[in-house]
Amino acid sequence: MSTTAIPSGTKWWSGGKSPFNVSYGKVMMWYFLMSDAFTFGAFLISYGTIRFSVNHWADPNHVFNAFPFAGHANLPLAFVSLMTFILIFSSVTMVLAVHEGHHMNRKGVEKYMFMTILGGIAFLSCQAWEWTHLLTGEHVAMLSDGSLGVLPTTVKANPWGADLSHTEILAALQKSTHEQLVEIASTLHHGTQAVAHNVSALSNQELINQISNSELLHATHSGPIAFGGYFFGITGFHGFHVFSGVIINIVMYLKTKLGHFDQRGHYEMIEKAGLYWHFVDLVWVFVFLCFYLV
Amino acid sequence: MSAQHFDNPEITFQPDHSGGTGKIWKIFWVLSLLTIIELALGFFLYAKHGDLGYVTVLSTKCAIAILTLAKAYYIVSVFMHLGDEVRNLIMTIVVPLVLFVWFIIAFLADGNSWKNLRNTNAGSKPNQTEQIQKETNEKAEH
Repeated sequence: MSTTAIPSGTKWWSGGKSPFNVSYGKVMMWYFLMSDAFTFGAFLISYGTIRFSVNHWADPNHVFNAFPFAGHANLPLAFVSLMTFILIFSSVTMVLAVHEGHHMNRKGVEKYMFMTILGGIAFLSCQAWEWTHLLTGEHVAMLSDGSLGVLPTTVKANPWGADLSHTEILAALQKSTHEQLVEIASTLHHGTQAVAHNVSALSNQELINQISNSELLHATHSGPIAFGGYFFGITGFHGFHVFSGVIINIVMYLKTKLGHFDQRGHYEMIEKAGLYWHFVDLVWVFVFLCFYLV
Repeated sequence: MSAQHFDNPEITFQPDHSGGTGKIWKIFWVLSLLTIIELALGFFLYAKHGDLGYVTVLSTKCAIAILTLAKAYYIVSVFMHLGDEVRNLIMTIVVPLVLFVWFIIAFLADGNSWKNLRNTNAGSKPNQTEQIQKETNEKAEH
């Protein structure tokens, strides 16, 4: 059957044909994606509501300024740009796989599906590194009892509040215990073992002097606890979609290799997997906007 | 290599897939360009942090959001081929998404209202919001 242009004035709803002109499976994939869009939308809007309800929110340029193997270099937006381009590129290879499928070119579908899977794995690896970096980070921040301590970024701790003034830092240091002071001093020396041993022998006053005179000290208020929950919850839910997308793509790759779609006479399954994969990229576009750019 | 063929009663008119990959690569470059502009605006906000007025920051952020919507349009329309489907299918997906217009406006306004209530002790201390905003800004500048 050759390709038919749709005649104008076609009566779609008069019966005898599908008014959407696509298979049941594809319509249902679209409806699933629409409902998933509302789920992600609800998460992101909830995050926006909480962010709008407080006076100070974490500045993404301070939270996300690290890059693998770059040490303590201040590189805002760099790593997330890499992640964004990885996902855009894997979207392109996916749509190329769909294109090859339209022309029944099995080798082409295999090649581009393989590249898409690699892109998905690369993205997940980046996310794993970023999460580890935040969860194991050490930031000097004011704790709820008014003392100064060392906090990572987790669902229970957010060290990304407004900056503390020098007077506030001195007052907070007076309330800190010896263990807290040793921890802060070690953090400022990047926690080298020898230094850590040395500082624990110092008195509280010596530690306070050393800390408050340090050029490296950057102390902040604690921020709203909700930050970690929203960040890890939403990027985690997106990451789970990427993960399941990679699994689906691997299944599609194997089915292509086994010749299932050639027997069937069409590569529509690749199109449906492609819809899901592009949706994952689409959601990332909005996560990128809400968490990293603004 | 022959074109694929659906033996499926739900598909009355076979879609036309005779085009090349030119359009795909064009959209790839469009998406990359839009992302680079977004990043440039993001760096502008970072580099000028503290020097910019409220209106400039807000309008830059709105510009980034509009560029994001443009990216979303290209992904859905070209990569997901929704633009090639019949109008009935397009409308059944796009029309429900209009709910987001209400959803976003209502909830962000609610968040903002909560901030005002917090800062003014539930309205008993009017004009506090601007003052606190000012203090926060001053602190951020130091």
